[in-house]
Parts: sequence; C-alpha cells; structure tokens
Amino acid sequence: MAKGLLGEKIGMTQVFESNALLPVTALALGPCYVTQVKNVEKDGYSAVQIAYKEKRKKLFSKPQAAHQKKALGEKDVCYRYLKEIRDFSEDKKAGDIISCEIFSQGEKVVVQSVSKGKGFQGVVKRYNFGGGRETHGSTFHRSTGAIGAGTYPGEVKKGKKMPGRMGGKKTAIKNVEIVKIVPEENIILVKGSIPGHPGSLVYLYTK
Amino acid sequence: MIHPKLDKLHLSQAIRPDTFSIGDTVKVHYKIKEGNKERIQVYEGVVISKQNKGAGRTFTVRRISFDVGVERIFPLYTPSIDKIEVVRNSKVKRSKLYYLRDKIGKKGRLKEISRKPAEDNFFIQSEELKKQEPVKAAEENSVETTEEQTADAAAAETAAAPAEVQAEPSKEEAKKEPKAE
Repeated sequence: MAKGLLGEKIGMTQVFESNALLPVTALALGPCYVTQVKNVEKDGYSAVQIAYKEKRKKLFSKPQAAHQKKALGEKDVCYRYLKEIRDFSEDKKAGDIISCEIFSQGEKVVVQSVSKGKGFQGVVKRYNFGGGRETHGSTFHRSTGAIGAGTYPGEVKKGKKMPGRMGGKKTAIKNVEIVKIVPEENIILVKGSIPGHPGSLVYLYTK
Repeated sequence: MIHPKLDKLHLSQAIRPDTFSIGDTVKVHYKIKEGNKERIQVYEGVVISKQNKGAGRTFTVRRISFDVGVERIFPLYTPSIDKIEVVRNSKVKRSKLYYLRDKIGKKGRLKEISRKPAEDNFFIQSEELKKQEPVKAAEENSVETTEEQTADAAAAETAAAPAEVQAEPSKEEAKKEPKAE
C-alpha cells in the first residue's frame, strides 16, 4: 500500500550509525494536511490529497482557498503544494495531519525531486559521449559527430542524442534507505545524495 | 547557507567537548573490535590539525612510532573513541602544524606551557540545546578496558589496519578509517 509525504531537502551531512560514518541527506518532511479523500464509490478510485508548505492566503484564488478551507477550516494560511496519493495505506479523513512517523527506520523508499538545472550542455556532459583526442592532430574534440546515414534514410532518427538543456527535470531515486527519523524536528535522514538543490521540493513515497 | 534545522542536527551529534588545542599531546582511547571482543587501544601524539565542519569534525594526531611518523585522523564524534586525555600543552604559533612533518628528532619539539582547557562553543551550544529538549541518554556498552602499550599496539595493528601506519596518510585513507571500524 502506498504512502507518501512532501517536504524539502535541507542539505547533506554525516551521521554515525552502528559505528559506521554514513553520508546522509537531511529532508524536512511535512507535516502534511489531508485536504481531500477520494473513494471508489464517488470518484472511481481511492486517493488521499495532501497539502504542504504554508503560504499567505491572499496569494490564492478564492476557489483554491475555499477548497482548503472545506477540509482544514478557517485558517490564516493556505498550503502551496497539493499532491494526490493513490490507495493510501492508512485510513485518513480530511483535516488529518500526516507526519514523518508514517515511515520507519531502515525502510526503502523512493525519493522524487527536481534535479539541478545545468543549462545548455554538450553531448559529452549530457550523455557521457566519449569525445575525441585533444592532441596529436585531432580535430575532433567534444562535438557530437555523425548523426545518421545519408540519402537513405534521409532523416535524423527521433530521439537522437544531441546537445541541449540538461537537468531541471523530475527525477526519482529508488531503494533509498531511511537511516534515521527525528520526529520532533520532522526530519528524515536518507542514505546518500538525492537530486535537487537544498530547499527544493521532495516527494518521499513507497508503493 | 546552512539550514537552521541542519545546524541543530549537527549540534545534537556533539557527544564530547573538544577541550584540546593544536599542539597538545593527547591520549586517544580508541575502541577496537576483534571478533566479538572489544578492547581499548591508547594512541598518544600531538594534535597537528583540526577540521571544524559541523558534525564531521576531525582532528589529526601525529606521533613517531619506530622512527616512522604516523598520523591518524579521528572523527571527533565517533562512538569508537572512549575518551580523549590531554597530557601536555604546548606553545604553538600556527593552527596547522604540518611543518612538523619535515622536522627530524629534536627539531620537532614543542615548548611546554600551562594553559586552561579550551572552551568548545559548539559543545556548549549543544548542551544548551539538550537542556531545552531532554533526549534519552543512549545506553553505553560495557567495554573491556585492557590498556596496552601504544608502541606494541601500533606494531600489532599493522596487520589489522595497514592504512594507519604510514608516514603521510592521504585524505582517502582518513575517509576509509571510520568504515574500517
């Protein structure tokens, strides 16, 4: 059964776990509020909609604010990010709070986030092309090279790897181990690095 | 900029104060696991460098063992260190005593002075934080305290951890060390 939580990356550090020094990424996750519960009878599928990160109410349109007010009651703030999680593992009703304690230590999760934007990059950096020799009379350094045959097929195949925008895309890393959970700070430490800048939105989930 | 929550996380890991200064001679009581048994080895030497990086703080201890300079880099907050004793304070004019590597014999001596133990602001902040939010004290494992002569131990250790006995340990080896525990 699925469960998930929204939050943000706050940076990397190291912790000692069972006498080994582990590189970890600290994620400040939640608390998330349940803004809507969908069920099979009414909506055709079951899902839980969660909201994260406070933002001034003034910045929301009236329909958006009203949707959140319906679930959470009158509040000074609204929530910036809404996310629907299909087949949520626990029974939730609108207005409930989901904290990082739904996950447990040692659990393997998926971390989804937007990777750092690298701008317009060549094929060597973008697709790990080998490039050519720098010296000994070589005139072929870091360029793309041939992109197809001649008259036949007379076109460049779709999906050909070429220079272009790199990074800044939604990326997920699977099988990320949870090293430690600090419930009072709403922090989860996951092993290794994850995509994105500190402060970028992170979606942590299991299926 | 470091996130305030990450700062707090770093502080929560400070398990011991850093009361020694650069140039001090210290005894590091290091826990070593051999099979199921755990014993304590004492490594004595001069602190020649400190790296203050939040929870990843390390210090380098240099000693001359059998005419070979040995440097070990210890993470300050590793649970493998039982305790750190300050044996002697010395007068130094630098924050990194790398020049000692080029000094041979009597030239590598440092002048002894008496000094108050240094204050560790990081640890003080950490203590204040712990007072605010009492955290459950971790259960301390009982450790067999079998002290050995450092010189003998250093020789015996060569087989166990060859990376440690080298004249100039590189940074890579320092990283390996905590994993090898």
